[in-house]
Amino acid sequence: MNLKRVLADFDVFSRGYMRSRIGVFFALVFPIILILIFGAIFSGGSSGPINVYVQNQDGSQISSSFVNALNSTSTMRLVPVDNTQNFTKYLLSHSSSDGIVIPAGFGTAFASGKPINVSAYGNPSSTTSAIVSGITHGVINEFNLRRAGGSSVLGVQELNVKSQSFKYIDFLVPGLVGFTVLTSPMFALVNISSQYKRDKIFKQLSLTPLTKSEWLLSKIMFYIVLTIISFFLMTAVGVFAFGAHITLTLWIIPFLVIGPLLFVSLGMLVGTGSKTVESAAVVGNLVTFPMMFLSGTFFPVSTMPAYLQSLAHVLPLFYVIDGLNNVMTYGNYSAALIDLGVLVVLSAIIFGLAVRFFKWRED
Amino acid sequence: MSEGRKPTRSGNELNPTPNSGVAIGVTSLHKAYGDLKAVDGISFTVKVGEVFSLLGPNGAGKTTTIEILEGLRQKDQGGVEVLGVDPWTKGYELHKKIGVIPQGFKFFEYPTPREAIKYYAVLFGVKADVEDILRKVLLEDSADVYFTRLSGGQKQKVGLALSLVNDPELLFLDEPTTGLDPQARRAVWDVIRELKKEGRTVLLTTHYLEEAEELADRVAIMHKGKIITSGTPQEIIEAHSSGERLQIHGTERLANYLKEHTKLRVEFDGENLVTVYLQRKEDVLTAIRAIEESGLEWSDLRTKRDSLEDIFVKLVGEPLEALGQGA
Repeated sequence: MNLKRVLADFDVFSRGYMRSRIGVFFALVFPIILILIFGAIFSGGSSGPINVYVQNQDGSQISSSFVNALNSTSTMRLVPVDNTQNFTKYLLSHSSSDGIVIPAGFGTAFASGKPINVSAYGNPSSTTSAIVSGITHGVINEFNLRRAGGSSVLGVQELNVKSQSFKYIDFLVPGLVGFTVLTSPMFALVNISSQYKRDKIFKQLSLTPLTKSEWLLSKIMFYIVLTIISFFLMTAVGVFAFGAHITLTLWIIPFLVIGPLLFVSLGMLVGTGSKTVESAAVVGNLVTFPMMFLSGTFFPVSTMPAYLQSLAHVLPLFYVIDGLNNVMTYGNYSAALIDLGVLVVLSAIIFGLAVRFFKWRED
Repeated sequence: MSEGRKPTRSGNELNPTPNSGVAIGVTSLHKAYGDLKAVDGISFTVKVGEVFSLLGPNGAGKTTTIEILEGLRQKDQGGVEVLGVDPWTKGYELHKKIGVIPQGFKFFEYPTPREAIKYYAVLFGVKADVEDILRKVLLEDSADVYFTRLSGGQKQKVGLALSLVNDPELLFLDEPTTGLDPQARRAVWDVIRELKKEGRTVLLTTHYLEEAEELADRVAIMHKGKIITSGTPQEIIEAHSSGERLQIHGTERLANYLKEHTKLRVEFDGENLVTVYLQRKEDVLTAIRAIEESGLEWSDLRTKRDSLEDIFVKLVGEPLEALGQGA
């Protein structure tokens, strides 16, 4: 191992990377675009009040104060529907499933104590319908209580495990850092290694004193540097544009080093193992895409069905993102240590295989 | 490299092998890919300081042979010695002393020729005179252009430049001019002549006969994994040539007249070409006298000798260009 040769190769490779416009785009612009888009989609405040159509078939004072009570929760925006309209048809024609109908005789029934039902329309699979139904129940209970002349005794105080609550962006930053840890080295190395093989550039290099381990090491170094740069860019955007809560600790560094090492080796393995550039690209995508979506990049793994969660646990990227979440968001260092341990073992295996199967020359 | 050569190594480098005077020794070399015998028992020797050319169509086994000699491929059987060592087991040491342009040289897209030469200098751990190398391969004008933007000929010259960085004793040039325009080809020839002048040994493969005739001290013609003949271009021509002959445009009647009235060997090609084979000096006078006596129409009289090209066609049965362009 000769460090001068590694650095010379690093120099030529990084210049080439920066000179190709695609390289600059993926290194610097793409991570920022990613975090801006996903940050804006999921963290740009609440999605606004839910539109709920209300038909008040009862003209009494009680029914109007019931509507006012519904309206006073900022979660719903009530849209009055004229009594002449067929309510179901009206909902359908407005592509909505959320609605409340107050039947005629609501006011007199309230006064006399005769049971009567308010109709809540909704779609059982939609979260907005559950919210509408919940709020309607709450207001009805309030009215029943008032009618009986009682007052609330039991209440709920809402608390969070941390002093401030976690926001989506707090998971998104580590997830997207993981995304670039995976994609930049994987796509590049699959492409480069199959192309260099086809163009006999590896053969050409094998005729110099550069060894294949030196060549691989310089690529790993390059992608570590690139990962650290995109880490800072993405974290800065996350913190300053979306107010992400991120702990900067030295614990982050091992993940930013071992991640690129793992995926440079994996890309190398796929690229040199394939016969043609085209088949390498196909295999590369087959390996990359499931990992890209199932490892907790864009949403926490815990939101996925159980069988996908267990699948996630065999994907190397899961441990990078889980580890980054543990150190950047939760500050749970013992859990991070387990992630790191898994990564060290996986990297050692994949790096070993890459060096073993990556051929400078042929028999 | 009379003036440009750097004192990077001790002075015996032009004659480094114990087996003095021999740069490459190959004895009954075999290499098969499955059922295909790519190299089928060839033997040859390249002397220190000579330009030796392996000549043959694509698929003849030239590149396989050269890659075995460079230590990039493992032989199946036979003896191979390059600069006194086995290239497969001692490749790493050997590579410091040889220069190589692989067939269809390609490189990273974005270094400039100047950067590429510097990169190689660091890899080899030598202090290369970048300007001198650029001048030698006629790349000074494009020294700072990205590799990917260079023309085919210029790219090939970058390959040539890189093969010179480690000041090699022995160069392997695998089809260095394939696909180049005539001007670029001649420029590469000049570089090769210069390398020979500096005392370097060159193993050149080509499928251009003209190139081998122009540059090589000795030639081996390869076909289907075998060497079908070898020697200096002159020796090969003498050994396989049909000798000097007279060609006249004329009719079949003229051919028959000559056959009847002289003892010379005469052939007619079925259209309009009469060929008279000449064994002795006076044969030419006999033939011309007989032509004149016949009173028949004739024109375009000339004498012809075989070129390497003709020999190749005769030995292989097909012209070089007609044999496929596949690998």
